[in-house]
Amino acid sequence: MDKILEVKDLVVGYKGKNGFVRAVDGVSFDINKGETICIVGESGSGKSVTSMSIMRLVEFENGKILDGEISFKGESLTTKKADEMRKIRGSKISMIFQEPLTALNPVFTIGKQISEAILFHHKIGKEEAWKEAEKLVRLVGISDPVGRLKQYPHELSGGMRQRVMIAMALASEPELLIADEPTTALDVTIEAQILELLRNLREEKKMSIMLITHDIGVAAEMANRIIIMYAGKIMEIANTFDIFEQPLHPYTKGLLESVPKMDGQRGVPLKSINGSIPSLNEIPEGCRFSPRCPFATEKCHQEAPALETRGNRQVACWHVDYLLEHSLLDVEEEGGISIES
Amino acid sequence: MNHSQEEISVATKEPLLKIENLKKHFSIKGGGMFNSKRKIVKAVDDVSFHIYKGETLGLVGESGCGKSTLGRNILRLQEPTEGRVFYKDTNILEQNNRELRKLRREIQIIYQDPFGSLNPRFTIGQIIGEMYEIHGIASGPEKEAKVKEMLELVGLDPSRYHSYPHEFSGGQRQRVGIARALALNPEFVVADEPVSALDVSVQSQVINLLMKLKKELGLTMLFIAHGLNVVRHISDRVGVMYLGKLVELSETDNIFDHPAHPYTAALLSTVPEADPKLRKERIVLKGEVPSPANPPSGCRFRTRCPLATELCVQEAPPLKEIRDEHFVACHFPLEKGQSLKEAIELLNKEKIAN
Repeated sequence: MDKILEVKDLVVGYKGKNGFVRAVDGVSFDINKGETICIVGESGSGKSVTSMSIMRLVEFENGKILDGEISFKGESLTTKKADEMRKIRGSKISMIFQEPLTALNPVFTIGKQISEAILFHHKIGKEEAWKEAEKLVRLVGISDPVGRLKQYPHELSGGMRQRVMIAMALASEPELLIADEPTTALDVTIEAQILELLRNLREEKKMSIMLITHDIGVAAEMANRIIIMYAGKIMEIANTFDIFEQPLHPYTKGLLESVPKMDGQRGVPLKSINGSIPSLNEIPEGCRFSPRCPFATEKCHQEAPALETRGNRQVACWHVDYLLEHSLLDVEEEGGISIES
Repeated sequence: MNHSQEEISVATKEPLLKIENLKKHFSIKGGGMFNSKRKIVKAVDDVSFHIYKGETLGLVGESGCGKSTLGRNILRLQEPTEGRVFYKDTNILEQNNRELRKLRREIQIIYQDPFGSLNPRFTIGQIIGEMYEIHGIASGPEKEAKVKEMLELVGLDPSRYHSYPHEFSGGQRQRVGIARALALNPEFVVADEPVSALDVSVQSQVINLLMKLKKELGLTMLFIAHGLNVVRHISDRVGVMYLGKLVELSETDNIFDHPAHPYTAALLSTVPEADPKLRKERIVLKGEVPSPANPPSGCRFRTRCPLATELCVQEAPPLKEIRDEHFVACHFPLEKGQSLKEAIELLNKEKIAN
């Protein structure tokens, strides 16, 4: 399969009082052409920072890519100069954000902003660009495109604004669309509309999508593959069906079980993960999940496991081979991992 | 392993709260800079229901449906425009300030935002201890002992009595909020989106805590949330709100297995399931929730309802009992076992036949 994006050993830091705090610490993955990949994680997992690094937007937020390599269709993005990067941003790679209101300029009409985006990437006249904007707005399912283009962002609802953002992102016909929590601020019925829109566009435009979400449910609906992140590191990468069928990493399992199922037993205590997410200033020694992991052994507390490949899956856990043979459920019943692997 | 519902729930059929024709209308300025005409937003519009002693009643709906406003009005944290709220036999809305303060020992609220709802300048000892002082229950060492007891109850280390809110994580802060709400041993608690701001791995801890406390302390709870899976898990009965109206109310299994209101059915079909095998056919509702300042005539859901007819345009359907303990405000409720998709198909066939 054609790889469209490759991320290798990415380390991203934010300047703090005592030097750089590593928000993303050694992350490697790739995205295939036409694939939808979901990065799932909780707050502080580094999922958004990873996407902002691909767009090289971290630099505007006091962040810095400290190490590693990001390449888009074989071309390195990490070494690009600011003005070269600007040409790639919003053309071959587009991005949409969680809060569409802050991402739109309040003093310009929707039409002005979309046609501006079109003019930036295509050598056409203003009128033509406006016509293109109309087409895009229709494509993302906004009724009365002619009237809508004359409106200002505040006149639109949250769902409409997100559609406008998607229209702008599509202006340059990107090959990769990065969507950072695109439906988190929206109500479920509107979320369903936006996810459906993204699915249709994916088919129609044959683009790759990198979707960042905290919602396992959204990932289950959208993703071909899922990346699970925790405290700046990747814990597991696998096909969507595999991850739900047999989560290998204890964190993945904990995450899946924490969410009440729509057909689950009501009223019984939910499985939960003990403790809380570590702050980036006090990252635990060894495996970052080890203080909360019910299966952690001595080794886990001392040394961080690397992301290792087993078949078509990748897992960062010292006990991966043991867990492959014994399902996590059995391990739980046995009361822990019985051999020191 | 057969946990029957009876084992979990101590719900009775005895109403602890009776909410009758509750209305909350806000007056807002009309649109535009030069338009001074005021508009009325009916945030909660003529809502009536009972909350049974010992039950957890879940209240769901999208933003702007009035669910949080309803919760706040029941406690009189906002003054309702009209209606009656009986707690036991007292009408909360008729109490004067002194009486209301007394009542507040028994009715409490847990807020969504564990960051905004705790005063950053107070230690958690002060935040929780305040409850005992205001109500003249305990002070000094006795207060401290009580606070520490509460901290233990909600799973916090009592030695953190002197810590400030910023020293706690989001989940721990929500535990502080719960401890404060439960400090006076209330009988009824409104939990307004108590887990929405929390990460999933922490969310389930807090849900478990709420279920445990509810059972141990015999609480009655109004649980307001937009996460349908969470509401399903924790509630004995569920009410669904749309644009200021209560559109459906029934036992949880009834609501989730046999929704009768088309809105409820559509809402349920849109929940992203954490299981790729269940990628299901969704009933994606067209359009958006209309502005509450300018709601549609007749049934408020009709502009988005796939089953709407002329009757729905003209007449607002009242909330009525269609099956045992199953209340719906719809002219054409779904039959038990009938899916919304089937109802839509049936309607289309009829249209063609006519």
